[in-house]
Amino acid sequence: MSSYSITEPSSRQKWVAGSLVIFYAVITLLPLVWILTTGFKSPVDAIAYPPKVMFEPSLEGYVNLFTTRTRVSQEQLEALPPPATWYEEIVRNRDMVIAGPSRYGERFLNSVIIGFGSTFLSVFLGTLAAYAFSRFKVPLKDDLLFFILSTRMMPPIAVAIPIFLMFRTLGLSDTHLGMILLYTAVNISLAVWLLKGFIDEIPREYEEAALIDGYTRFQAFYKVVLPQAATGIASTAIFCLIFSWNEYAFAVLLTSGTAQTAPPFIPTIIGVGGQDWPAVAAGATLFLVPVMVFTILLRKHLLRGITFGAVRK
Amino acid sequence: MAEIVIRNLRKEFGDFTAVQSSSFKIEDGEFFMLLGPSGCGKTTTLRMIAGLELPTDGEIYIDGEEVGRQPASKRDIAFVFQMFALYPHMNVRKNISYPLVSQGMPKHQVQEKVAEVAQILGITKILDRPVGGLSGGDRQRVALGRAIVRDPKAFMMDEPLGALDAEFREHMAEELRALHDRMGATTVYVTHDQLEAMQMGDKIVVMNHGVIEQFGTPQDIYDKPATMFVADFIGSPSMNFLRFHGQVLAGSTSVSIHHDEISVPRLQEPFEGDMVFGIRPEHIALTDTGTYRGEVLAAEYLGTTQIVTLKTANGELKARIPSGQPVRVGEYVGLDFNGATVTLFDNQSGRALKSELNEGVLAHV
Repeated sequence: MSSYSITEPSSRQKWVAGSLVIFYAVITLLPLVWILTTGFKSPVDAIAYPPKVMFEPSLEGYVNLFTTRTRVSQEQLEALPPPATWYEEIVRNRDMVIAGPSRYGERFLNSVIIGFGSTFLSVFLGTLAAYAFSRFKVPLKDDLLFFILSTRMMPPIAVAIPIFLMFRTLGLSDTHLGMILLYTAVNISLAVWLLKGFIDEIPREYEEAALIDGYTRFQAFYKVVLPQAATGIASTAIFCLIFSWNEYAFAVLLTSGTAQTAPPFIPTIIGVGGQDWPAVAAGATLFLVPVMVFTILLRKHLLRGITFGAVRK
Repeated sequence: MAEIVIRNLRKEFGDFTAVQSSSFKIEDGEFFMLLGPSGCGKTTTLRMIAGLELPTDGEIYIDGEEVGRQPASKRDIAFVFQMFALYPHMNVRKNISYPLVSQGMPKHQVQEKVAEVAQILGITKILDRPVGGLSGGDRQRVALGRAIVRDPKAFMMDEPLGALDAEFREHMAEELRALHDRMGATTVYVTHDQLEAMQMGDKIVVMNHGVIEQFGTPQDIYDKPATMFVADFIGSPSMNFLRFHGQVLAGSTSVSIHHDEISVPRLQEPFEGDMVFGIRPEHIALTDTGTYRGEVLAAEYLGTTQIVTLKTANGELKARIPSGQPVRVGEYVGLDFNGATVTLFDNQSGRALKSELNEGVLAHV
């Protein structure tokens, strides 16, 4: 008997499949690697042609990202006491002194507040709505569901001007609340539809069993349905977060100071004293971290979540 | 424990009437079967008793108290679902203790109760296992455990054996009946399997298209069907129907079918028109002397008995005869009907004609 099987791929097939996956991964990861390495290059290396693959790593980009600096003359520089910290030294090597911290930290924090706030709100409201759509007789259910979906049938930015005027009238421009509400409004249709699919898959019997076991409808929802829907909630949360975290156009339009998120801020770094690509790359790299951490934490759910519901159990 | 009374219960889903004005009474401690084909309204009836559906109309009394509008959690009944509906994110122990936790029972008492129930069901060893990996039978036991742990007023079971293998089903059916006898709890059990209903039930309600066709003990339902639907649905093979046109008077003790006088139980109502002569296969004997004759089409050997299919002037019929009796396909044989067991039906409405045989039974409906 040979060990040949029609369901088990041969070693050659595995090799080919593996190579394709690696090839695709390289193509996808290359821009990320580029950003990551540029963040550690010196400004000269960053724009060197042909591009430098090997270079002397420097933290200048990160220092520049978090500080504002002033150029001083050689005499002034010599008159100063020796640099107290490693980052002051990096700055002084460029004939500059640190004038103060940059706005990146604040903008980053804004992104966190707005991104996670709107994600939480979208998933929270989406779960409640999806549960109602899935379980109760809602008048005009199909029309309502279509209406909710129809808000995604054009790019959100198409309604930028009405939203801009509305926000100005309501005093929501450049506020955290305004941005959270806006991103929630965009995300909620996705959340309702995704979660409805997940909740539809949970047999009603679980809740009915809980109702009979002496729990109220809300307790049954909270203690039985929610744990079952955790996978769906996690993957929905990731999709919502990725959208609101990366959103650029509305952020440029509606925020300028207090509530500005990181995406519109990062490009402005370029203008501060020459084309500071390493600082831009450093900002982009750090900006990737929260979504990456969030996704890795929920990865197990995400993988199940994407394929969940594709196959009837 | 409690008696359950259903009065004029009705349920409509939009234009569709799932249950039409049903009334019956379940005595305290009875093992009560709701039997019928799928879509007949039996599960809807059960769910209304349990409080998972609101009745459109009518009353439900549990222990004398009208509960039709009360939420399920207030009715103090337990429900065993066909797919078991064990909470998948909890282990066996948590599943069983869940109804007790909702009542706010102290922890040590919950532990005691769960241990006791596990003992009864023989699942002590699997208490700390997740429910995901359990076999069908064990899941069924856990579902039962969750139901009995609370000492509810009544048990509702929705085809609880439907998801099990045929082999295991029989075993679980016995276990279930033994459990019922031990606890004496009022149990309402939904099934589409007539054998299961006959085997386990004290009383059976047969439903079809949302209407109760008959209500009674398994013996009554088998021997004295109230309608052609019941006669056909119960028994395997089901009751034979010979269609004929004729006339009977109140007091008649025979009917004339295809020039033969065949005796029937003394009739209590007159009828004229298209009738159906209903007889169970085991009440037909093959004899040389019988004047009503049929041609043997096939014989199925079943061990102790055999089922013989015959072609007669009034349609095909099946007879269950001892397997030792020789039968040849193609030969013509005489048929002898056990007249005392015959039921006549009105062919149009399917209703049984009143006779000596079924007089007490039809009054139930």
